[in-house]
Amino acid sequence: MVELRNVTKVYRTGAFGRGKLTAVEGVTFKLEHGKVISLIGESGSGKSTIGRMILKLISTTSGQIMLDGKDIAALKGRALKNYYKSVQGVFQDPFSTYNPIFKADRIFDIIRAEYFGSMKSRNWREKVNSSLQSVGLAPEQVLNKFPHQLSGGQLQRLLIARALLMEVDILIADEIISMLDASTRVDVLNLLIELKDRGLSILFITHDLSLGYYISDYVVILYRGSIAEMGDTERVFYNPIHPYTRMLLTSVPRLDKKWGESEAEFAETQESSEELLHERCKYYDRCPFGDERCKQMVLTEVEEDHYTTCARR
Amino acid sequence: MAVSVKSLKVYYQTLRGQVQAVDNVSFDIKEHEILGMAGESGCGKSTFSNSLVLLKPPMKHVGGQVELDGETLPLSDFKKMNRFRYTKVSIIPQYAMNALNPTRKIGRMIAELLESRGMSIARVSKELDRRLKLVNLDRSVMKMYPFELSGGMRQRTVMVIATLLNPSLLLADEITSALDVSTQKAVAKMLVQFRDNNLVKSVVFVTHDISILYQIADSILIMYAGKIVEIASTESITREPRHPYTRLLISSLPDVGVKYTDRRLAGIKGRPPSLLNPLPGCRFKERCPVRFDKCDEEPPLEKISEQHQVACWREVRVDG
Repeated sequence: MVELRNVTKVYRTGAFGRGKLTAVEGVTFKLEHGKVISLIGESGSGKSTIGRMILKLISTTSGQIMLDGKDIAALKGRALKNYYKSVQGVFQDPFSTYNPIFKADRIFDIIRAEYFGSMKSRNWREKVNSSLQSVGLAPEQVLNKFPHQLSGGQLQRLLIARALLMEVDILIADEIISMLDASTRVDVLNLLIELKDRGLSILFITHDLSLGYYISDYVVILYRGSIAEMGDTERVFYNPIHPYTRMLLTSVPRLDKKWGESEAEFAETQESSEELLHERCKYYDRCPFGDERCKQMVLTEVEEDHYTTCARR
Repeated sequence: MAVSVKSLKVYYQTLRGQVQAVDNVSFDIKEHEILGMAGESGCGKSTFSNSLVLLKPPMKHVGGQVELDGETLPLSDFKKMNRFRYTKVSIIPQYAMNALNPTRKIGRMIAELLESRGMSIARVSKELDRRLKLVNLDRSVMKMYPFELSGGMRQRTVMVIATLLNPSLLLADEITSALDVSTQKAVAKMLVQFRDNNLVKSVVFVTHDISILYQIADSILIMYAGKIVEIASTESITREPRHPYTRLLISSLPDVGVKYTDRRLAGIKGRPPSLLNPLPGCRFKERCPVRFDKCDEEPPLEKISEQHQVACWREVRVDG
């Protein structure tokens, strides 16, 4: 189980790092065993930053990330290597993950050299084959091929197979299907569900609400680095409280309902003073209902398994 | 008809032969119509829109023609096309936010662009202001460099530039694909407003996302492996898709409100065929769940009702 406690990430920007950019602020949630959590937000909401922090690709500024009760911040050397045996990530662009001058299955050799050096070749081949089969790939179709000979869906599944070779418990899936075509993305999505049924925990990072709904048990809606709303998937989608969640839900293009007659509305507001934003809710400048109450946002329970920061609930 | 495409063939010349990216494509676009063009990557939808603006090697115009307001576009003649580019046919390219020259201020770039068409920025200044307001941009962007604007602002700037001279045909290539749902909605609605205000006559909206076409398009054209498989009004194609590919494509879309426990979505097995010497006959036959012997012959694009055309032998037989 992975647990985030009040995690914050501040990036230094500008010349000599004088500027500060808070990408993630005070985020707390749990990823439980055998569950899928969707992390949903627009670009710049900090969703990928959270994934990267869990993968220890970047450090946290404050707060703790715990794996089974142990803080991961101090992990080094052998302990860190062990950590990666249980937590792995797959990212958005399968095409640029591979080195085009090597065959695609080279990604497995690297794992073998790092982690399974003592394993016999025959056993290793069996292990790779069974891992490929578990992601629905026929070994003879994908082994010994160059990346350009495989489709995006196949490449993405190869990467998941690599993560499974390590027998991981937790998979960080960062926008893994947004670059795939409609006809192949469903296969990858269904694969994740099968893996979950076998006990894998998945952090599914996406900007697509319909995908998030399809796959997840629990959703976390992020806005500018903070949680706007989170809870059981059905409760959040059928009873959205935060105006931001509602706005997102009405913007999703659907095949059964047309968008309302509202005017085109753009996200960026021309000016909003820093101080005002600092003390108000982060969504204050875009929110149609904002008033005096929108201060001091804290995540509060509105019903069982359903939390929001909106003060006007 | 504002635009009429007749048996257009655009191939890519490669060392191993010709890739038939757009093969024998014919359709019409009415005045005031937004035509949505959808398909998987590699189906030829971007090749189509690029070829109407800049047809350069390795792209090759092999046959057919495109008529715009009664004039035939000299597609493969770089110089003669200049008379049409930007004034008659204009494009909002894929990744529009990276389409601006980084070394020029926006205003200067627009001025240069207009000069190349023999116009001065002073003459369109008023109109430019109006358009910027329409897309919710401040006039101050004229004095800024592209890097000073956010991705969404750059995208809107490109939309204003592309439509400034009221082109008859606007090609919008995947302009909403890289955007968040809220911005996506705003950009799509903007395009509808452009059409409603008569800033552009006809629009071809290229995307891989059918659900966004349902929101804004008047009719939808589905491409598969370089061919048109189905064209119909938006309502009839989403309610009663006739081609097996269209059906599978629509059923593979997750909707908010569909969970894997209720209904397991299914993808389409297999991959699109190579367009380098494709097999004869229907190009979808390899993946088609309802193929039969006849599919080894090429299916014609048949009219099955007033606003519905489909290229599938199954449909021809039912009606014939």
